[in-house]
Amino acid sequence: MTTPLLLGLLAGAILSGTSLLYATLGETLVERSGIVNLGLEGVLLVGASVGFAITAISGNAWFGLMAAAAAGALMNSLFGWLVVTRKANQLASGLAMMFFGFGASALIGAPYVGAIITGLPKWRPVWLADLDWVKSTTLFNYDLLTWLAVPVAILVWWILFATRWGLGVRAVGEMPAAAFAAGRNTARLQYQALLYGGALGGLAGAHLSLSLTLTWAEYMTAGRGFIAIALVIFSKWNPLRAIAGALLFGGAEAMELQLQARGSPISPFVLGMLPYLLTLVVLLAWGGSRRLAAPASLGRTFYGAN
Amino acid sequence: MAATGELLNVEARVPATPMLEARGMCKRYGDVKAADGVDLRLNRGEIHALVGENGAGKSTLSKILYGFVHPDSGEILVSGKPVVLHSPQDARALGIGMVFQNFTLIPPLSVLENIALFLTDLPPVVRHEAVEKRIHEFAERFGLGVDARAQVRQLSVGDQQKVEILKLLLAHARVLIFDEPTKVLAPHEVAALFRVFEALKGEGYSILFITHKIREVLACADRISVMRHGKMVGSFVAGEADMEKLVATMFGEHAAVRSIEQPSPAPSSPTSRPVLELRGASCRASGNETALNGLDIRITEGEIVGVAGVSGSGQKELGDLILGLRPLAGGSKWLCGEDASAWSIARVRESGVAFIPEDPLTMAAFPGMSVRENLALGTGKRYWHGVTIAWQALEAAMADSFRALAFPMPPLDMPMGALSGGNLQRVVVAREMAHGPKLVLALYPTRGLDVLSAASLRELLLRARGQGNAVLLITDDLDELAELSDRLLVLFAGAIVGEFKRGAWQAEEVGLLMTGSRGAANV
Amino acid sequence: MSETATIISLRGSRAMHALIRFIGISAVALSVFGLILLAAGKSPLSAYADTFRNTLASAYGISELLVRMTPLLLAAVAVALPARLGLINVGGEGQLYMGAFFASWGAFLFPNAPAWLLLPFVTLMGFLGGAMWAVIPGILRARRLVNETVATLLLNYVSPLIVSYFVFGPWRTTENSAYPETGVYPDAALLPSFFGTRVHAGLLISLAALAVYWLDIEKTRWGLQMRAIGGNSGAARRLGIPVPFWIVTAMAIGGGFAGLAGMGEAMGIAGRLRESLSPGYGYTGFLIAWLAGGRPLGILFMAFLFAIITSAGDTLQISQGLPYAAVNILLAAILFVVLARRPSAGTHP
Repeated sequence: MTTPLLLGLLAGAILSGTSLLYATLGETLVERSGIVNLGLEGVLLVGASVGFAITAISGNAWFGLMAAAAAGALMNSLFGWLVVTRKANQLASGLAMMFFGFGASALIGAPYVGAIITGLPKWRPVWLADLDWVKSTTLFNYDLLTWLAVPVAILVWWILFATRWGLGVRAVGEMPAAAFAAGRNTARLQYQALLYGGALGGLAGAHLSLSLTLTWAEYMTAGRGFIAIALVIFSKWNPLRAIAGALLFGGAEAMELQLQARGSPISPFVLGMLPYLLTLVVLLAWGGSRRLAAPASLGRTFYGAN
Repeated sequence: MAATGELLNVEARVPATPMLEARGMCKRYGDVKAADGVDLRLNRGEIHALVGENGAGKSTLSKILYGFVHPDSGEILVSGKPVVLHSPQDARALGIGMVFQNFTLIPPLSVLENIALFLTDLPPVVRHEAVEKRIHEFAERFGLGVDARAQVRQLSVGDQQKVEILKLLLAHARVLIFDEPTKVLAPHEVAALFRVFEALKGEGYSILFITHKIREVLACADRISVMRHGKMVGSFVAGEADMEKLVATMFGEHAAVRSIEQPSPAPSSPTSRPVLELRGASCRASGNETALNGLDIRITEGEIVGVAGVSGSGQKELGDLILGLRPLAGGSKWLCGEDASAWSIARVRESGVAFIPEDPLTMAAFPGMSVRENLALGTGKRYWHGVTIAWQALEAAMADSFRALAFPMPPLDMPMGALSGGNLQRVVVAREMAHGPKLVLALYPTRGLDVLSAASLRELLLRARGQGNAVLLITDDLDELAELSDRLLVLFAGAIVGEFKRGAWQAEEVGLLMTGSRGAANV
Repeated sequence: MSETATIISLRGSRAMHALIRFIGISAVALSVFGLILLAAGKSPLSAYADTFRNTLASAYGISELLVRMTPLLLAAVAVALPARLGLINVGGEGQLYMGAFFASWGAFLFPNAPAWLLLPFVTLMGFLGGAMWAVIPGILRARRLVNETVATLLLNYVSPLIVSYFVFGPWRTTENSAYPETGVYPDAALLPSFFGTRVHAGLLISLAALAVYWLDIEKTRWGLQMRAIGGNSGAARRLGIPVPFWIVTAMAIGGGFAGLAGMGEAMGIAGRLRESLSPGYGYTGFLIAWLAGGRPLGILFMAFLFAIITSAGDTLQISQGLPYAAVNILLAAILFVVLARRPSAGTHP
């Protein structure tokens, strides 16, 4: 393993991992309130397509970014209506949102396939730019989302563990009866978690189309949403641990690209399987014990007192 | 401060307005009167115990006082003023707090977080140090020392209970209601709890606690109220009552065995073969379950063994252990002379073990499926006929079973979930008894049955015995146990603490063993 | 006997129930899709007219519907069977690809075998491939290690990659082809088709699968046990039913059916293995099973409805310029309406 390869891997991991991290953070917030959103893939796609479309129309990637966040929040609110208000089965509802995301993103993005956009601007701190080993890589030359990725993770962590709201959200996710008994409005807390989580998901999707690839293609998230769901488990529902997880899986994807670029004999298809298999292995190896770390009321519908 | 065992000074003058009072409380659940014109007065700076048998209505009364349950009629007065409690929030606003048997603590959260969650005056950004400080203040004052940063699930049950108390104190409660607080505590934790009670009482708090452990009640309560069958049947000031008096008030007159159809004692001769043997059987428990410790039980052919015990002594775990649902953590289990310690449930059932569970709806029935299908599913391989089921043979056998039991057979196409509780129980019983099982495990079998059906079920158990089969009857009805048991075992906290032959025991004695008030007898 | 009369009328009402549901959902589908078309600036009427012309107006159109229904029926049963035990199998897509893969492998292994040997062999391989792919999540679930919903979803992404590897690699066709595809299968491995249409023997397989599913669930003692597990797995365990065994078995059989769908598409339609084997049949099958409440008659109706919808999707793509993926919105809308209608919907009857 040479240094350029390692650096390239690291750089790639950070780039790839950004959207994974945002998606994981969003889903962590939601799951901490006791809701599983299998439709995260759909949220990412909607964020990507809306972001791309608005950017193409307005010529401004910031509008695109904001629109993507709003779209993600909207998606999750819709999901929230199903599972919190109508008390529908969370798994089936999540899949409904997945389908919706597939279709809506395709419709929204269709007119803009092939459009050229100026994506999110990237910055590199001047004092780092002059270093030789940095110059040849993409390291430290990031857009706003990547720069803010770790701070946002810390912020989400802080919100969950140091604020009254976060305490309430976690209580709902662990034992809604106890939260209810303590006088909290469980439905409102869940809706709020879904809203913010959705916005983060929208941003995750936007990063793909507005920064990583500067394109839009149907199904372009390629299962990142499901990997993020697995990452939530892997990081034991802790936003700080999610950073490590996102880096790891981002690294797996980056490895795939690096090996391809260097003409590795390993088929790109086999490499492409890595993230999913890795996810499965991780769930298997740690899923059993991790389950203890899960919010105790995850996936369950709360019907009110008693 | 009064030490345990010392009689407390009773204030002979008329007490000031009680902190909390219930007048004429009535609450009905279907046919059952859980509360029937109950009066209760709880004074300031008083430790008041509420005792009674299972099902006496203690829990219901306390839940009414906490706003958890709405009474059908009656008044609640707080400091002399009538109030209406719509919910626990109302009760808490009035300074009433309750500590349940199942704590509403969130295990993965810390003590601090659990308490903070409860505070209505918590700022948006939680000041952990400030909350911690307040916790320490109360902890110091009342002997509720606990590590505020620890996760609740790491705490012992006794410490968890302290957290529940702190929760209420920090939320400005002045009346504290406890539902069976010592049930899950070790002896030294019980002593610590009573010290806390004394400390609270000293500062004018009022404590109402529900229990069936009479020894403790005598040790620490200022006043004792006794309930039975939903009525308040006695109220004593400390010093007026002793153990025997309380037990007599709690259990009433049970000594007389019903003389109708007194069966002749089954000759359980030494040559009778054992149907079930547990040798030093133990099993683990998690959460609210009760671990079983080294049980030695032997049931022979043609014998009914009854197991008495207050709920939560390990009855469910014992039934599950015999069935094979719960693995043995130690010791062995033998069925008809074969080592069945590792048998699958199917095998256990095939060898002739019938199980009438505590809650047939959730444990032995499939509500969405028809009665016919429910019957088929309980018979294992017996009616397997090629690819399908021999429905006619099954139906005929089941019809016979229903007839033998004098139970009406519901329409077989009816969905099981549409049956009333009693009817569903009957179907399960008919199914289990249909093939002359060698061992009948019955947990609270006559619960929910009307008088006639209950009587015929008891007859059925006697008949099973007469045919040379064995019956293990676990129930809380001492009358029933008196009528049916050839031998009576008393189960307490996962161990057998007493064994008696038919006719050789009295209700009071058994009552004491059941409540852990006396050490093991005849074991 | 009055009992028989009761049973017959119950059956009759079940069919009526399915029909009413079908009509209701079709109405919702048409309305919602119409709205989407309007929003996208297309005319619903002309779109529906086009669809009608292409599907129901001609014998060929109807035959194409049957072609579409074939994999949908199988994919739906792949979901419906495990669902009876309370298992959620969303892996129809992956199991389908695996079935096609195994079937192709079988065909290429014995290119010179006679049809009466090769065809059954290939069919078996298709079943095995799908079964194997579903057994993995099944075992994980039976041992309470991983939730089968997540596991099957993840594996959906893996088997198409396996197929791609072979399509681009060892099995790549030697002809000059514009598409990435394998060589043709030996004739002996192909499913025969009927009356000059594209309707192939796979339709018979899928109808047989539906019948087997119905028979098993309603009539056999195995189906009884499976339904018991779905109804109350705790009670099932207490009565001695081997729950983990049935979980794995049900997943295997369900996956096997999905595998047959893959085999059918490969051996009955395409004639060779391609990456683009399935436009999401697995997911559509999940929807069909879910909307039909697992009832066989409902599955038949819904598969028919969805065959029309997916055909409409193609029509719209060609004639109206909408991306095919837009059909997903329709699927979502239908699911949405059903979920929102009944509180705590989502459990099978």
